[in-house]
Amino acid sequence: MVIALAGSGGSGVMTAGTLLLAAAAKAGVYGLMVRTSGPQIRGGEAAALVRLADRPVDTLGDTFDLLLAIDWSNTHRFADEVPLTARSVIVGDPDEGQPPEVFLATGARYVPLQMKKMARAIAGSWVNMVALGFAGALAGFPQEALEAAVRADWKRGDEALAANLSALAAGYAAERGVTPPIVAPQVPQPKAGAKPRWSISGNEAAGLGAIRGGVRFVAAYPITPATELLEWMAPALTRVGGTLLQAEDELASINMIIGGSYGGVPSLTATAGPGLSLMAEGIGLAVASETPVVIVDVMRGGPSTGIPAKSEQSDLSFAVSGLHGDAPRLVVAPTSIADCATTTQWAVHLAEALQAPAIVLSDQFLGQSRAIIDPPADSGLRAQRLRAEANDADYKRYRNTESGVSPMAVPGTPGVTYTADGLEHTEAAVPSSNSRDHRLQLDKRERKLLQHDYGDAWADIDGDGDAAVITFGSTSAAVREAVARARAEGLRVRLVAMRLLAPAQPEKLAKALEGVRHVMVVEQNHGAQFCRYLRGHFDLPAKPASYHRPGPLPLRPGEVHKAIADWRKAA
Amino acid sequence: MNDLAAAAPAAACTPATFKSAVKPVWCPGCGDYSVLSAITKALAMIGRPPHEVGVVSGIGCSSRIPAYTSCYGFHGVHGRSLAAATGLKVARPDLTVIVTGGDGDGYSIGGNHFLHACRRNVDLTYIVMDNHVYGMTKGQPSPTTEPDWDSKLAPGGTKIRVFHPMVVALAAGANFVARAFAGDPNGTAAVIAQAIRHPGFSFVEILSPCVTFRPEQKEWKSIVRPASAEATDDPALAARRVMSDDGLNIGVLYAGNRPCYRLNDGSAASNVTDLEMEFRV
Amino acid sequence: MKPTAPTTVEEFMAQAYAMELEAQQRYADLADAMEMHNNREAAELFRKMVVIEGKHAAQIMAEMGWKAPPANAVAPAWEGFDSAEQVPVDDVHYLMRPWHALQLALAAEQRAARFFAELAMTAKDESVRKAAIELRDEELEHVELVRAWMAKVPQPEKDWAEDPDPPRYDD
Repeated sequence: MVIALAGSGGSGVMTAGTLLLAAAAKAGVYGLMVRTSGPQIRGGEAAALVRLADRPVDTLGDTFDLLLAIDWSNTHRFADEVPLTARSVIVGDPDEGQPPEVFLATGARYVPLQMKKMARAIAGSWVNMVALGFAGALAGFPQEALEAAVRADWKRGDEALAANLSALAAGYAAERGVTPPIVAPQVPQPKAGAKPRWSISGNEAAGLGAIRGGVRFVAAYPITPATELLEWMAPALTRVGGTLLQAEDELASINMIIGGSYGGVPSLTATAGPGLSLMAEGIGLAVASETPVVIVDVMRGGPSTGIPAKSEQSDLSFAVSGLHGDAPRLVVAPTSIADCATTTQWAVHLAEALQAPAIVLSDQFLGQSRAIIDPPADSGLRAQRLRAEANDADYKRYRNTESGVSPMAVPGTPGVTYTADGLEHTEAAVPSSNSRDHRLQLDKRERKLLQHDYGDAWADIDGDGDAAVITFGSTSAAVREAVARARAEGLRVRLVAMRLLAPAQPEKLAKALEGVRHVMVVEQNHGAQFCRYLRGHFDLPAKPASYHRPGPLPLRPGEVHKAIADWRKAA
Repeated sequence: MNDLAAAAPAAACTPATFKSAVKPVWCPGCGDYSVLSAITKALAMIGRPPHEVGVVSGIGCSSRIPAYTSCYGFHGVHGRSLAAATGLKVARPDLTVIVTGGDGDGYSIGGNHFLHACRRNVDLTYIVMDNHVYGMTKGQPSPTTEPDWDSKLAPGGTKIRVFHPMVVALAAGANFVARAFAGDPNGTAAVIAQAIRHPGFSFVEILSPCVTFRPEQKEWKSIVRPASAEATDDPALAARRVMSDDGLNIGVLYAGNRPCYRLNDGSAASNVTDLEMEFRV
Repeated sequence: MKPTAPTTVEEFMAQAYAMELEAQQRYADLADAMEMHNNREAAELFRKMVVIEGKHAAQIMAEMGWKAPPANAVAPAWEGFDSAEQVPVDDVHYLMRPWHALQLALAAEQRAARFFAELAMTAKDESVRKAAIELRDEELEHVELVRAWMAKVPQPEKDWAEDPDPPRYDD
């Protein structure tokens, strides 16, 4: 079931959405909550978009079953994000005016509810509790589950709690009292003995993954939509003996974590597109000096300042190739909120093992959405840097080893001091403009990434048939749902959700595409960046079809399903 | 080994301990030779072995210094040495971290990081070899170049007021502010040692003549003078003094007691699995 | 830490020893700089001075009967920031000729002689005064040696400092 709770500042719809999700969690149900709002800092229009399901979900699906608005100010701005159908229900406060025409035109049923009046009737209660009660009842939650969620999070004293539980009850009863009763998909009751689950955002998951992997130093500059990752990590790092330092800008951030990593401590920063651009020179320094660092890029609408609070997958080109010089680096992309933890942890491990920068391409949708998930297991992958032994008289920091990975001396280790450099250098770390040295070091830095065994985590692959859909990142969930629908209709489609974007794994993809004659690439950007990347660095059986569009709207399963169906028909 | 080994004893920490085998590429006559000598002397005074010292630099002639020492060096990108050094020191509080660079690297592209490094007051020592010019890129004006100095990029001079790094350092919160002169390597070594020992962000601006692009700076040795007043720990007094400073007073201006950036001791109160508790439903 | 005027021969000779060492170190640094700039002749000359100053230092040690060099010996700055026998760092030029290098060495020895002469005049302790006079005389001998050496070395051409190529840049 998919619910939108909308209202202006003061109506508390975000809180209501969060509580609805918490109630779902307590009731043994899975869910996903996405926030959307106007540009105001406070007081503007906002909506909490919540999907409830009996299995983990990473998309909001195609349409909404309920749009409940406490008021209608500027809610028409959400029309594209809250698609309704004739089977949807609109609940609004008649004292706040009529729903905007764009919603009514869908043919959805309108149910008026005087929420503000109901709240005013209970002294000290807030209107969002009425909304929560109503929405929770419609979703089929027992009232106790909703109350438990409110109680667990309550911070404002017992009197206020009692008042608001009354308001909740009033809203709940109101839903039961609607005639004729509203027909809406109910959230299935959970199976008994449900496993422990987590309520977590992608940003939080990425932070946890980083700490699991061994990160203990973060330097970063706040930027939408990455800031919450830093806000979660700051106290978390302190608790495990690490440090987060707020830098003066992104130029400082990337250089600080290079310094920290040079000192032997696994280090990370998080940013978004504009910050990533600023960090480019620093990332190149990490490549040339062979210093491991992890950069989480929570992608947002681009280019330039773009659309800060919306998601897009348009930093891919920059991530895989946007550095001056020949500068191989690692790029990974989590495919879901839970995967933000696993993939960030993997990135830490890879960066440290290969002494290189790793960019984690998350995005606003994953980063700022909250989901009920099965806890991702700790993969056990840790930062494990190849360190130089003390007093090695023959030590050469950039020795041309077979694997390309050369032991790194960590400050404090006697007898193996060296000067790390962005300048090209000899094996002994002496600056050099010599052609042999340059070639050798370029080969080394490339070889170390190419020869590493990345295992099966490079992509999630399933299905068979001679048609394959390839995608990455947050679109994976919508593509997965679309492919499931296509398969239900008898279509045989393979799915490749690629997690390791750089270095490219052409052999692995070729193996995954054995027997495939038709490929479609799905992505959320204007320039078909992933499609071009695949065509440039992989062998595909034929020129791929491309379904791509930019943000701010997420790709929906329905549109991808249609694209797949049309594509197969045309073939 | 050279002939010096015959005369001097093999001591635990002599200046020679801190010199690497790499010979500087600076023009003969460059003030940076003396600064390198002063740094090695200062480190010998401090007494920590080279492998416990980090020397971090940016880009420019003076930024070449890390490779000329036997310490752990980091030669980063232009203007970002203070950021790299901050990261190194915060991640590894046990090390002694020194930052070296020039006036262009430090006050132009590095200006923002300079401000915040002073403000943040992490225990670092920042040594700037100021020759009032961009030496490595062939002689352009730097933020400390006189407004009427003629150059190809700014014919007739920049006509812009010079940057006064000691004023900025003091105002921004540095805990130790001094000026030294490369022509006096022993005096400079003493100031650097003092700077290293002083807690928080220590800033030493060193007048270091550029023999190739600013040959007239040879006259500095005739006109620099010891500052007439002793160092003060009163920032207001230091501010009054430095506002009338003509750029030639040598000595420690300010050795303060400003609160320093709290470095983490790395002890963990929780396990990683404890962090997961907050997500449990 | 500025060294105080020596009051004993032991102190005085320790300072003199430090002066030789500092002069030697300076010649070594200049030799390296010259070598790096492919000025082989000037480098060789400075290296010879390294050896000579080393001999003077060893001489002092032998005369004083020291088993190890005096700890914490510091040479006083004189007529500027350098100690009396040091060639100033900024007096060199990457194209300098051996004659120039010897001129600098000559000036250094002359300064050293003047330094010891002045010390001889101001010394309160008689044995210190005697030692200062001895060293002054030794330095004057060195002055003559350098002069003789200079006579054997060709005078620099008028355009010795001319370089048609402008400075290069690197980073």
